[in-house]
Amino acid sequence: MLLQVHQNRQRKEDTMSNNKLSLILKGIIKENPTFVLVLGMCPTLGTTTSAINGLGMGVATMAVLILSNMFIAMIKNLIPDKVRIPAFIVVIASFVTVVDMLMQAFVPSLYSALGVFIPLIVVNCIILGRAEAFASKNGVIDSALDGVGIGLGFTLSLTTIGCVREILGSGSVFGLSLGIADYMPLVFVLAPGAFLVLGFLMVLFNKYLKK
Amino acid sequence: MESSLKNMVLVLFTITLISSAAVGGVYLITKEPIEQAKVAAVNQALMQVLPKYEQTTSQTIEVATLPIVAHTATVADKTVGYAVESMSKNGFGGTIRLMVGFDTEGTILNINVLEQKETPGLGTKMTDEGNPLLTSFKDKNVSQINMTVKKDGGDIDALTAATISSRAYAEAVAIAYEAFKVASGAQSVAGDVATGASKQAEKGGYNE
Amino acid sequence: MEYFAIIIGAIFVNNVVLAQFLGICPFLGVSSKVETSLGMGAAVTFVMALSSVVVWLIEEYILAPLGIEFMQTIVFILVIAALVQMVEIVLKKVSPALYQALGIFLPLITTNCAVLGVALLMVQKEYGLLEGLVYSTSTALGFAVALVLFAGMRERLEFEEVPKAFEGVPIALITAALLAMAFMGFSGLV
Repeated sequence: MLLQVHQNRQRKEDTMSNNKLSLILKGIIKENPTFVLVLGMCPTLGTTTSAINGLGMGVATMAVLILSNMFIAMIKNLIPDKVRIPAFIVVIASFVTVVDMLMQAFVPSLYSALGVFIPLIVVNCIILGRAEAFASKNGVIDSALDGVGIGLGFTLSLTTIGCVREILGSGSVFGLSLGIADYMPLVFVLAPGAFLVLGFLMVLFNKYLKK
Repeated sequence: MESSLKNMVLVLFTITLISSAAVGGVYLITKEPIEQAKVAAVNQALMQVLPKYEQTTSQTIEVATLPIVAHTATVADKTVGYAVESMSKNGFGGTIRLMVGFDTEGTILNINVLEQKETPGLGTKMTDEGNPLLTSFKDKNVSQINMTVKKDGGDIDALTAATISSRAYAEAVAIAYEAFKVASGAQSVAGDVATGASKQAEKGGYNE
Repeated sequence: MEYFAIIIGAIFVNNVVLAQFLGICPFLGVSSKVETSLGMGAAVTFVMALSSVVVWLIEEYILAPLGIEFMQTIVFILVIAALVQMVEIVLKKVSPALYQALGIFLPLITTNCAVLGVALLMVQKEYGLLEGLVYSTSTALGFAVALVLFAGMRERLEFEEVPKAFEGVPIALITAALLAMAFMGFSGLV
């Protein structure tokens, strides 16, 4: 009897921790913000000229996403329904400004590489989307984990696209030259390359990873 | 939660107030590091564009209504070169700021990009080592070349698909040269007052 | 001449969608029919022109004098959101016909990053009021041009057989790549 209860509890805890883990993992493949949900396309295309820029943009977005998700989950019961969206936008915009200033202070070169796309995290549909669809209905911890998951998915996608474009366009990875720069078509670093690489990566994702 | 005019206004007002206070707080905290990062960038740029120096004095010179800072580098009171913090507002993404190093004759030693907001992968190439803009200026005496891009009939190779950025870069170098002429002239004529220049000594360089 | 350069530059050379990657979401989302894309283009042009004027006034007379330019992002997004709401209300009252045509697109515009992006870029470039207005209007026209061209291509594409993995967004992105490549032909015009 006692053993059974214990086992039950064990099982319950297992599913609990599974849930927490799946909250994080779902953002990477099943609900990948870039390849499945097709959200936040502007920074995805605009900042992935190199692996490091993609990574930087991903991490900056993830930071804002986690913070805004947590804060919104915290205050969700205090916000009247009708002003929900404006309230979310104020919260998100504040966190974006904070991240903006911190980056300007501590990683100035990355900050200048990403340019106008840092303040534009405000209008990244992923963040308002998660606030509305997840954080406004769930607890603080779950919302934070959701932010981590989706943020990781976004960061991984951006870094991958950045890697591919950097290799094909400038013949280097994370700034390390592969010694093939002269043979590589520059077009992959330019605007058409962004659309092309994202399109083909999405095809590969659809074919091999999505069920 | 139920919406009524009172609680809507109250909540929005409170959230905005808290956010503004928080953002303002972070602004005050990061203000200093942001300034420091900029000063560090200037010092590093000075070392990259100048020959070995012991001390720099800086003065502000107005060129085409822009305030341009010119640094005069000296070794034992003898001028070894000039570095000009120049800029152009006609970049593709806004202002471009350059540090241009001249020797005493007006030959460009090196150029360092201090700030730019150009398109990633196109205009941002101006910061790369050995990019066409830099190589068309480096080791040239500016009085002997036409400082506009080839498309406009000059001697400067533009960056691929970034003509606007390249033009702004060339313009900033031309402005730097104007400031250099004033700064190097001011050394002998002492015409500081006439140009409205303000001098201040700065300890710096390799000895620090 | 200067205005001419701004106009050509913003519409063709540095097309907001195809070269600067702003406003990609509506570009992919509202481009399946030429007719709706025309409506969206018109709505964006209207809001962008209006918001550029308001944002310029706020920057010049409120943020800059107070030295709180760091609040830019927050203030601008709120202003744009409020403006879109106001345009919706006014349009509904004043011109129901126009509201019918543009109404459904208006709520989508708040999260169109092109509007905020252009507002921020305009301030960064330190344009005057008129220059800013010309710049934002032509940027919006560039958005409309890209959107309508793209919708035309996608209408054609609908009748073509496409491998399964390419269906939907991927083939749209590859089409957009071709369009972007075509627009690169304009580079160097100004």
